[in-house]
Order: sequence, then C-alpha cells, then structure tokens
Amino acid sequence: MLDPVILAEDLSLTFQTNDGPVHALKDVNLEIDKGDFVSFIGPSGCGKTTFLRVMADLEQQTAGTITVNGVTPEEARRNRAYGYVFQAAGLYPWRTIGGNIRLPLEIMGYDKADQEERVKSVLELVELAGFEKKFPWQLSGGMQQRASIARALAFDADLLLMDEPFGALDEIVRDHLNEQLLHLWDSTHKTICFVTHSIPEAVYLSTKIVVMSPRPGRITDVIESTLPRERPLDIRDTPEFIEIAHRVRDGLRAGHGDDV
Amino acid sequence: MRNVGPILTVVAALFLLWYGAAIQLNKPWALDKAQRAGVELSFNELVADTWSQKKPKLPVPHQVGAELWKTTGEMVAKGRAFSKRSLLYHSWVTFSSTMLGFVLGTLLGIALAVGIVYNRTIDMSVMPWVIASQTIPILAIAPMIIVVLNAVGISGLLPKAMISMYLSFFPVVVGMVKGLRSPSGMQLDQMRTWNASPSQTFWRLRLPSSMPYLFTSLKIAMAASLVGAIVGELPTGAVAGLGARLLAGSYYGQTIQIWSALIMAATLAAILVGLIGLLQRMTLRRMGML
Amino acid sequence: MGWVSFAFLAWLVGWRINSWLAHLPRTRATALGVPIIFGVTVIAIWECLVRGLEISPVLLPAPTQIAQTFAASTAILWEDFVQTVLKGALSGYILGSGSAFLIAIAVDRFPFLQRGLLPIGNFVAALPIIGMAPILVMWFGFDWQSKAAVVVVMVFFPMLVNTVQGLQDTDAMQRDLMRTYAAGYWKTLLKLRLPAAMPFIFNGLKIATTLALIGAIVAEFFGSPVRGMGFRISTSVGQLAMDLVWAEIVVAAIVGSGFYGGVALLEKTMTFWHPSQRR
Repeated sequence: MLDPVILAEDLSLTFQTNDGPVHALKDVNLEIDKGDFVSFIGPSGCGKTTFLRVMADLEQQTAGTITVNGVTPEEARRNRAYGYVFQAAGLYPWRTIGGNIRLPLEIMGYDKADQEERVKSVLELVELAGFEKKFPWQLSGGMQQRASIARALAFDADLLLMDEPFGALDEIVRDHLNEQLLHLWDSTHKTICFVTHSIPEAVYLSTKIVVMSPRPGRITDVIESTLPRERPLDIRDTPEFIEIAHRVRDGLRAGHGDDV
Repeated sequence: MRNVGPILTVVAALFLLWYGAAIQLNKPWALDKAQRAGVELSFNELVADTWSQKKPKLPVPHQVGAELWKTTGEMVAKGRAFSKRSLLYHSWVTFSSTMLGFVLGTLLGIALAVGIVYNRTIDMSVMPWVIASQTIPILAIAPMIIVVLNAVGISGLLPKAMISMYLSFFPVVVGMVKGLRSPSGMQLDQMRTWNASPSQTFWRLRLPSSMPYLFTSLKIAMAASLVGAIVGELPTGAVAGLGARLLAGSYYGQTIQIWSALIMAATLAAILVGLIGLLQRMTLRRMGML
Repeated sequence: MGWVSFAFLAWLVGWRINSWLAHLPRTRATALGVPIIFGVTVIAIWECLVRGLEISPVLLPAPTQIAQTFAASTAILWEDFVQTVLKGALSGYILGSGSAFLIAIAVDRFPFLQRGLLPIGNFVAALPIIGMAPILVMWFGFDWQSKAAVVVVMVFFPMLVNTVQGLQDTDAMQRDLMRTYAAGYWKTLLKLRLPAAMPFIFNGLKIATTLALIGAIVAEFFGSPVRGMGFRISTSVGQLAMDLVWAEIVVAAIVGSGFYGGVALLEKTMTFWHPSQRR
C-alpha cells in the first residue's frame, strides 16, 4: 500500500473574530489515497473550503497534524506539489489564454520550449486547442473555467485541489464540464479534492464523498462510492446513484441536527 | 459621438453668455468715454465699442483669439517663435517645469507606494500623513520653496519643478497604493499556491493590475503639476512662463493678455491630460482592461 | 556634531518603536500611535538637524522657533484666518457648491443639457482655474469678495459634475419601483435620487474643501488688503520671516484637515448606509 496523499489527524482550526472564536474545523481525521476523487460537501460554514486551504498552506491549522504527500503543506507548496482551481477562473485579462497557462510555468522556471509543449498539450486536454491566442474576455464563462483548470494541470503536480470550480456556471455547462473532468481524471491519474455543495455533482464525480457539517466544522460521514470508474451522464438515473445520493442527503441532515 | 450635438450647444451658449456679459461689464467705460466726448451712443455703436476696447473688463473671444494669434501663429510666421514676446516661449517655459516636476513626482510617488505596499512599518507610519496632506492647501508653500531654493543658489527651472513634483507626488502615491492592492485575495492566493517570489508577484500581478489606477492618478497629477508650475512662476519676479504673463497682465491691467495666457494654460492642460488619456486608452485596450 | 548624532538616534529609536508596533496585531491604538510617533520623530530630527548643522532660520526655522512665533503672533494669525478662511473661503464654498448643486438638479431634468455639460464640466475641472484669480481680483476688488469669487469658480465644476453623476446613480429596478408607487418627479427626487446621490455629493464637497482654501490663499498673491494668509505668506517670504510663513502654513494645515474632517464627519452621519462607510 502506498502512503496516503493526504493524511489529517485531529486537525482543528479556530479563527479569532470580534464575536469570539469560530471553530472552522474541529478534530478532522481523513485519509486520501493516490488516485482518489474526493468530494467535500456540506452547507456553507462547514469548513470544506477551509480544509482545502489548509491542504494548500493558504491557512494554518491551530491543532493536529496534516501531511500532503508525506510532508507538511508548506513543503508541499514549495515543491509545487498541487494545482489549485478557485471558484472564479481569475484569468489575467492582459494575457492570452496561452499566456495565462504559461504564467505558473514562467514562475516555476520551465524552459521556453517545454512551456510551449505543455501549453499545447493541456489545451488539448481541456478541449481548448486553437484558443491559445484568444484573450479570456473573448471566451464564455465555461471556457474560461476550463482554461483555469488547464492552468492548474500545466505543471507536474499529481494533486488537484478544486474549490467549487463550477459553482458560478449554469447547469448545462456544468454537466458538460463534469463529464470532461472525469475523463481528465481518468487519463491523468491525478488525485483530486473537489469542494461542492451540489449532491448530484458530488455523487457523479467521486470515489469518496466526505460529508461535513458546520459549527464546529467537522466530518459527519465518509461515503465510498460503489459506482464504476466509467460513468456516462445517464448513470445519474440508476438506482445505485440515487441510493448514494440518499445517503449523502441523510448525512447532511444528520449533521445539521436540530438546526433545520 | 452622440454627445457632440449637446456639447456644441452648451459651448455655443457659453459663447453667447460671454459676449452678452462683455457688453454689460464694459458698458460703463464705453458710456463714460462717450459722455466725456459728448456723443450719444446708439445700441450698435455701444456693442461695437464694448467688444473692441483696449483694456476691457472682459475681453470678448475674438479679441482673445486675435491676441493669441498675434503671439503664437504670427510670431512663428516671422520666425520668432521663441522670442520673449511669444506666448509659445512662455508656454514652453511652463511646460518644461511642469513635465520635469511631473516625471519626478510620479517616480517618487510610485517608489513610495511600493514601499507602503511591501513594508508594514512604512505603511502605518507614512500612509496617514499622505492622506492627511491631501486635505492641506500645500500650494500655499510655493512662494517659500522658490525663495528658499533661490537663497541656496538653486534657481530657474528646478524650484518650479519642485513645486510641481510636490503637488503631483501625493495623488500618485494614493492611486498607486490602491492599484497595487487591487489584486483580489484569490489572485494573491493563486500566486502563493505556485510558490511565487515577491518580485514575481509584483511584476506579473500587482503592477499590471495597478495600471488603471496609475493612469487615473497621472491625469490628476498632471493637472496639479501644471497648476504648481504656474503658481511657482508668480513670485519669481515675473520673467517668463504663463504664470509670469498672468501676473504681469494683472499689474498693468492688460486683460486681453491675461485671458490669452489663461486660454493658453487651459490648452496646455487639455493637451497634456488628453495625451495621458490617450496613453491610458491604448495601454488598457492592449491589456484587455477596457 | 552632538545634535546631528542625536537626530540620527531619534530616527533609529522612532523607527525601531514603529516597526515593533507595526508588527503587533492592528488595533485602534497602534493605527493611531504609529503615525504620531512617526510625526514626532520627523519633528525631532528636523529640530536636531537645524541646530546641529546651524541652518539659517531664513532657510528653515526650527520647529521650536515656529512654535514660539505661532504663540507670539496669534493676533495676526487670527486676523488672517478670519479674512481668508471665514470671509474668503467659506462664503465662496457655500455659494459655489450651493449654486452648483441647484444647477445640477436643474440640468438633471434635461438629458440633452446633461450630455453637453458633463464632458465640459469634466474638462474644466482639469484646467488651471486658479489662473482666473487675477481677473476676478480686477473685477471684485482687493478685499475678500474677489477671493470668494475665485473660490466659487474653483469649487463649482467638481461639485456640478459629482452631483449630476450622483443623481444618475440609481438603477433601473429602483426607479421602476418608484414608478409602481406612482411617485412623481419630485417624490422620486426626494425619496430616491437625492439620498442615492449623497455619496457623490459629499465626494464633491470634500474635494471642494481643499480647492476652496487653495483658491482663497493663492488669490491673495494677486493683490489683497494688508491681511490674509496668502498676503502674509507672500510678504513674509519677501521679508525672509520664514518662521511666520511656517506659522501660517501650520494654520493652513490645521484649517484644511479640520474643514475636510468636518465634512467627512457629516458624510459619515448622513451616508452611514453606503458600503464605503460601513465597517
């Protein structure tokens, strides 16, 4: 058995605010193996984004330990071990699509020829070949988000952290991108952590669904998906899919307790 | 383009108002003259007189236009574009100290803004003073700067440029601090996930993001710089420059000269600010931020 | 030499304290204390350098000397303050921004005028209007009336442009809502558009405070009775009485920030709902 990609033990994070401490994460334990597609789902305030940010060393835990690829998140960040996709595409308007994807490569010091090659191949991967010279504002929202995923894939990181990447898109575009993302995951063998608040999205994409609940932010259930790796869109109408979706919904309800 | 009609209408109305006001303001002098000469003025004669006095209270546009032509176009035609009587010469004097001060003020302003954004101590110590200084009529110290610098042997272009620099400095600092801080938390986090160095973050994210703010403050700085140069020319003993022309005109009651210097200053301001606006449009369009 | 090294020491100590304070968590006390320490340090260095390098008071008087002059000539300073600020700047400020406000409301009714006036107003706001001063001094005489006139001209256009823009700052949905209430022009103006325009109007008023003081002071360079801050500055510069010039500048700084602060405070109480005022 390989080392887990992410290993969190009794992880807690408390923010100090004017209204007293907020427990964004409390005693979180989780293990993510190489090649997993893990979704984090829960209502807002449950700490799913905070958890992702701790993995990325954008926040620091106040208690407990976490390792990414066996080392601390900070070291992992310095090794450029992961790609991070934010909720908004955040492409620079003054750079072309190609230029935007090249940006992290320039920062990480890849040589010119390698840059060109990588930009070409990731653009093909996200089906944006031929758009290299276009500017972001000449593209639709879905295409922009695809470009931002390409940007996270361009360098050698086998971990992809995605924070509600499709949250701002409409459902039709979203379905299409979900399908593409699964393909991508299948062909690149990356480990993906994916934050969402859509139950169908979580069930459709994941091998493992982590259900979280707020106040304090904690994990209430971890559901291993029994769906096959190969998933056409209409798998969402199968009883198996609906069964898993039920479990997720039950987990969410249980976590809410008497709140709702 | 749809604004051209309304703008022209308003401009035409302003001109009408100007001619009308000239009749009113210059009438007493015309009537006084006529009374002493013992003649009765018809309305047409009165209007003609008020629009052509030598030292009117308010010269009309065509008088100012004629004076402007006499001191610019005609001088050029005579090959004396840079004689001391040419308004082009005086504009050049003002322009050069404006530009020198503007460039120095902009560079210093950007440098301080970078310091403020990257150093917490500078930020907390200096920023409140920069903001407060915007509310202070700093132009009032212009005469002192000129005299003090003269006393230590610095004269000519530099003292005026110092005033311009001082005036253009503050808007640039304030604008650039805002601009360099304009990248969103998400964009900065993004840089962090790539383990980008501070200088990479500066050149690739902060500086390009600050461009719209830079140009907006450059326009303000340019206008302020010109005002500084003009006011800086007031106490120098009135030798050269548009400010000197204004002061000389007001000493000798040469209203036409004042107005032509004023129009020239306005034209200079319009050209300089317009050029920055053009540069802004070109740059931002190229950067896809327009 | 002693004074110079003391200046160096003052710098070192001030900077040390500030960089220590700046890296503490930001609170009201540090946000206020750090700039004050910085200011005190600068004044201390100024004082030490003037003494240590024996800089002539004609070039740069020491802060203590300025303070002495300030205390000794309060009568003159008060007289100048009344002449320049109360009579010149304030009356011109009220007249100028008031008339700009009324004209903006009138202009707002005619989109045609609006489209013509806005670009021109923006254009004029960038011009060196202060150059009008000699003309207005000629028209209105040497006393405060001409200074007030300069101030009126200077504050008019920024105020006009801001108010017109503010009145346009309601979105279609809010205006439609007023329509569904069958609110007429005046009701809509009073209940929706004027309140919505407040942040813009205050922005204009704030810009105008500084312009008003600049206008009133600089206009005195072109001729004034034997009192007023601009007059005092230009004549004292001629007599090389720099301590008095600095005292006037201190007054100008206090008046400028006080005037601005007053308007900002008024803004805070009147537009507390606006995102820029919320914390």
